[in-house]
Amino acid sequence: MADDHEKTPSGVSRREFLKISGIAATVPLVVPQVVEAAGEKVPVHGPGKVPMSFTINGKKYGAQLEPRVTLLDALRDSFDLTGTKRVCDRAECGACTVLLNNKPVYACTVLAIEAQRQPITTIESLSTGGKLHPIQTAFVEHDGQQCGFCTPGFVIACKAFLDKYPHPTAEQIRYHLNGNLCRCGTYKGIREVVAQMSGTKGA
Amino acid sequence: MRAFEYTSPTTRQQAVELLSGEAAVLAGGTDLLNLMKDDVLTPKRVVNIKEIHELNGVHYGPRGMQIGALTSLGDLADHPLVKQHYPAFADALVEAASQQIRNMATIGGNICQRPRCWYFRSGFGLTPKTPEGKSLVEAGDNRYHAILGNEGPALFVTPSSIVPAMIAYEARIRIAGPKGSREVALEKFFKTPQAEGEREHDLQANEIVTDIFLPPSAGGRYAHYEVRQKEAFDWPLALAAVALHMNGNTVRSARVVMGYVAPVPWVSEEAAQALVGKTVTDETAKTAGDAAVSQAKPLSHNGYKVQLARVAVKRAILQAAKGKAEGGEA
Amino acid sequence: MAEYKWPAPAERTLIGKRFSRVDGPAKASGRAKYSYDYNPKGLLFGKVLRCPYAHARVTSIDTSAAEKMPGVKAVQVVQKAGTEILWQGDDVVAVAAVDEPTAEDAIRAIQVKYDVLPHNVSDAEPPPGAGEGPPGPMSEDDLDDALSNQVPEAQVISRLQKDGVTFQVTDDMVKELKGYGVPDTVINALKAAPYHPEAANQQRPPYQKMAAQTLGDPDKGFASAEVTSEGVYGASVITHCCLETHGSAAEWPSSDHLFVHCSTQGVSGLPGQYAQALNIPAGNVRAHQDNIGGGFGSKFSPDRWGIATAQLSKSAGGKPVKYMLERDSELMTAGARPSAFARVKVGAKRDGTVVAWQSNSWGTGGPAGAGSPPIPYVFEIPNQRKQHTAVRTNQGPARAWRAPNHPQAAVITMCALDDLAYKLNMDPLEFFTKNLEIAGPRAPIYKEEFPIAADLMGWKQKWHPRGDKAEGPVKRGVGLSMHTWGGRGHAGDCMMTIHPDGSVDIKLGTQDLGTGTRTAILIVAGDSLGLPMNAFSLNIGDTMYPPDGGSGGSTTIGGVSSSTRRASLMALDQLFAKVAPALGAQPGDLEAKDGTVRVKGDHSKSLSWKQACAKLGAMPLSVTGKNPGPGNLINSGVGGVQMADVSVDTETGIVKVNKMVAVQDCGLIINVKLAESQCYGALIMGISYALYEEKILDPVTGRMLNPNMEFYRLAGLRDIPELVVHMMTDPMNDNRGVIGLGEPPVVSPGAAISNAVANAIGVRVPFIPLTPDRVLAALEQQQKAGA
Repeated sequence: MADDHEKTPSGVSRREFLKISGIAATVPLVVPQVVEAAGEKVPVHGPGKVPMSFTINGKKYGAQLEPRVTLLDALRDSFDLTGTKRVCDRAECGACTVLLNNKPVYACTVLAIEAQRQPITTIESLSTGGKLHPIQTAFVEHDGQQCGFCTPGFVIACKAFLDKYPHPTAEQIRYHLNGNLCRCGTYKGIREVVAQMSGTKGA
Repeated sequence: MRAFEYTSPTTRQQAVELLSGEAAVLAGGTDLLNLMKDDVLTPKRVVNIKEIHELNGVHYGPRGMQIGALTSLGDLADHPLVKQHYPAFADALVEAASQQIRNMATIGGNICQRPRCWYFRSGFGLTPKTPEGKSLVEAGDNRYHAILGNEGPALFVTPSSIVPAMIAYEARIRIAGPKGSREVALEKFFKTPQAEGEREHDLQANEIVTDIFLPPSAGGRYAHYEVRQKEAFDWPLALAAVALHMNGNTVRSARVVMGYVAPVPWVSEEAAQALVGKTVTDETAKTAGDAAVSQAKPLSHNGYKVQLARVAVKRAILQAAKGKAEGGEA
Repeated sequence: MAEYKWPAPAERTLIGKRFSRVDGPAKASGRAKYSYDYNPKGLLFGKVLRCPYAHARVTSIDTSAAEKMPGVKAVQVVQKAGTEILWQGDDVVAVAAVDEPTAEDAIRAIQVKYDVLPHNVSDAEPPPGAGEGPPGPMSEDDLDDALSNQVPEAQVISRLQKDGVTFQVTDDMVKELKGYGVPDTVINALKAAPYHPEAANQQRPPYQKMAAQTLGDPDKGFASAEVTSEGVYGASVITHCCLETHGSAAEWPSSDHLFVHCSTQGVSGLPGQYAQALNIPAGNVRAHQDNIGGGFGSKFSPDRWGIATAQLSKSAGGKPVKYMLERDSELMTAGARPSAFARVKVGAKRDGTVVAWQSNSWGTGGPAGAGSPPIPYVFEIPNQRKQHTAVRTNQGPARAWRAPNHPQAAVITMCALDDLAYKLNMDPLEFFTKNLEIAGPRAPIYKEEFPIAADLMGWKQKWHPRGDKAEGPVKRGVGLSMHTWGGRGHAGDCMMTIHPDGSVDIKLGTQDLGTGTRTAILIVAGDSLGLPMNAFSLNIGDTMYPPDGGSGGSTTIGGVSSSTRRASLMALDQLFAKVAPALGAQPGDLEAKDGTVRVKGDHSKSLSWKQACAKLGAMPLSVTGKNPGPGNLINSGVGGVQMADVSVDTETGIVKVNKMVAVQDCGLIINVKLAESQCYGALIMGISYALYEEKILDPVTGRMLNPNMEFYRLAGLRDIPELVVHMMTDPMNDNRGVIGLGEPPVVSPGAAISNAVANAIGVRVPFIPLTPDRVLAALEQQQKAGA
């Protein structure tokens, strides 16, 4: 299939590089600056790069990042988890939806540094060993996707919604599935996905 | 986004001390990070207050509801006691933004969020000027700007779609600062800047909002009504929140609060007065709607908002009158 | 020799059935890779410093501080000092750095000074007489426009001789123009042109009046009309707002070989464009794309930023550099649909026969103005008088937007005709049906489609004369529109290789925009070879594969389905020749069906596909099917009808669509499921531009005020009503061959929704988007007129 990514002249992919270099283990220890506030010592990180560690899809990841790096950019640029998309970068469109502490959030508007120590779930975790999650299968069957760029965010948002409301009312669908925008116009298929998964007629 | 140093205090005292200098408070981040990405705010230090766990949570008792400022909009919207005792507030919460935003954004952050004015967001300030020193908003495209309270240089509109409902419930907020804490009525918290550099609310650089108090709502009838162009995730064009206290079939006292019409949440005494002593009918609601905008001075492109505000007030009143009273009283 | 035609309906195993897209699992799981996702080791991040002014001249650029910053690997001036910038957000300097934050810091460290020049961002109606004076000396941009818009040579020469130029003609410029193939006669005229430097910074009137067009005898036509209607109609500038922004990653595997991952609608067309700008042979440029996150007509060029990305990579020793536009740059610079407005007068006989049309139209496509939309649309009204004025603005450049100019033309025409129907006291369904005799070559299809659409909408029950008389502020109404499009398949090659082990690979340099191109190719190949769709290895999206046209104009499905069909039949011809002896038959007696190669009518003489392919011996067989080519596999020309049912809150001006119906033909349909998806998507996109979308420019600063997805509103899930799509799949359409579908269904929603609003509230809201302020203004005017 044409989806298979061609080997590029640059050789190894970012993911392979991370595996080879074991970057998490090689991060040098940077001692944060400590300031005193209200009689207690409080660490202050940055503005330069600081070591950070994350639990993403149950796996540990580490990188040296500046505090200004968003969770979205860390996922995509540092860990090659590119299923989470950057579209508006302003918490408006939903293409970067991930679960943080099992709740859907916009990764573009979470600092990576504050997402440490909280479980992060991305689209990559939903289909393991090539087997799609039933919601993903429903997206394929109902053609809830065209160009596919909004799709991973929509899949995560729908999953979180259906986990919270397994049998949603039309009103719940109206209120809770508006955080994701599609440009190709796939909402009809997505509504059918929700209807099928919840056994309802949809909104 | 420019580089900054980051710290994550665990007590409110630490937070207040760490906020010295060019610092910004990070709570939900849904507004702050956008402002930083757009270079509107360029703090040298970002103080994440989300680790101050005592600022999270909801307590309800005989004196009403206390809400920690870090409580997320989503948790509040889902809270059974919020739905039970403050349904108009719950309506405003669930209509706000999207499920993702509601999971991230905090109620304190919602109160403190900055105006959506497109000149402000492009770096022209809260009272933007043309090179000739005239009002940029008046000369430019002001279709979403203020129709009330717009006599001074500030022409933006207050951005929260939830605050008017909280004001209708007579909310108060507690603010922690270097000299301890203080409490203000939420409606008094907002100010109209008179010059560039002034803020749109009464929060000093080293203060944080810690709690919101909603008094018991027993006996009142409340409603929240938004006029939005899209039904999906969108900012309202105008909204109204209303509290009616009835004496039998007539209105004993009323509170009418409008959003998106003025630089501050606009409490309309005119509309409230128009209702006192009256039975709520289509006619009296309409009269109150007219009264609410009687002082409106639209700019060149936002005359239509007068009508939207009028209708929002009218419909909120009718909806409040139709709904059952809070706290079990009929 | 094979006969190049589609299999008969009864013979089809895959064509015309319903299949999910084959790349659906990759997309739904996040595995599908886009140019934005290209992430090789050592990747550098690009950023572009953009001009904050709508009209300015760059006076100086100082990049020294940025160059010294640690982590900055390359700095490239994109538009040098002296350049006139014509829209906000145009590229000035590009940098590449080790990570994105460093690149951002570098941009902030660059000092650029500008002479701010007067701008115009208004596309309001031109004043009387506008654009009639002499145009004045040509600027460099005027010349570029004239040359790239194929203005006749003689016209350019005469303009240069008469009006002169505002810039100095340098040797470099002459060399560059020669490189573009500009004829010597033009170059000589340019060299001799009078030089008027004083005119360079003068604000020229932004209007250009086009020659008036007449058809028939408009005066007589209107004289014979018993009823006339006059109105103003139009559509504001909107953007493409592709979710994957424009951009690319570029690297140089060797000093004269470029490799790009580019978000593009035309992979095969990229090398030539890069080669010209970078002065390397096109054969040294490789372009690759697995998936694209939306294009809608805006992604055919590498663009200034793409060339700069390649230059940055070169300066950085060939290392990969990726630069994707930020959302605000995307909305400011990467494409807009031109506006179009018109004052229209249209006349008819009392029986509803339309006899005369007159229009004064205008619109902007940014710095180049904009041509007239094709009005009157669809209807060949016998007597016409038309005048168009192009408005040059600093709104940013226009690009083709899904069905270029047709949605605007539909709004102007179908709304004007709907108003005429109202004046005639006719149901628009009856009125439009009555005039189908002048509805052009697709008239017969409209005749079939209107009753189907009316039935699906419940038009008879829902339609009422203008102005819903129901109680309360919310009024309901229905409206309709119709549209046409060409959609003939573009040129392209399909290479098919059958290996002796039975595996088959297919290579085309095409791209799948999310329209289902991959799926369509596999359906055609599978149906032709008697194999399932998963029997093939399909490779697209690379210039290493045979060239295929750009995906614009709804030409891809026709291009790839016909080249694939031809390749399949050619391959079978060759395979049958090898296999026939083993089956004791003539090659012409064989067929490939159900995974076998067998003798037609005698299935006992049969080999499995694998056994048959083993007869090839050691060498695979490889063929290239072409479009165009023998046989009538494709066609052009479609027609569609749409209807909308809306509710309008007359107190707030908020419009809500309750239901939309689309009835559409597109010849032979390869995959009904994805064809329907195109229509559903078009209706949704149509609702979005009809109600919400508008590129808002500030008159004072010239900036775009809504370069975000907050105030550049796209419809969300909650805004989308019941949608009904009916595809015309009868034998008459089937026999025409394959025709493209991407654009036609997006043409009508604006007009249909506007007409439904007029039906609901009893008054025309002239322009789309139908925002609350516009709806309330129309209602207020109606009230004033009534009082």
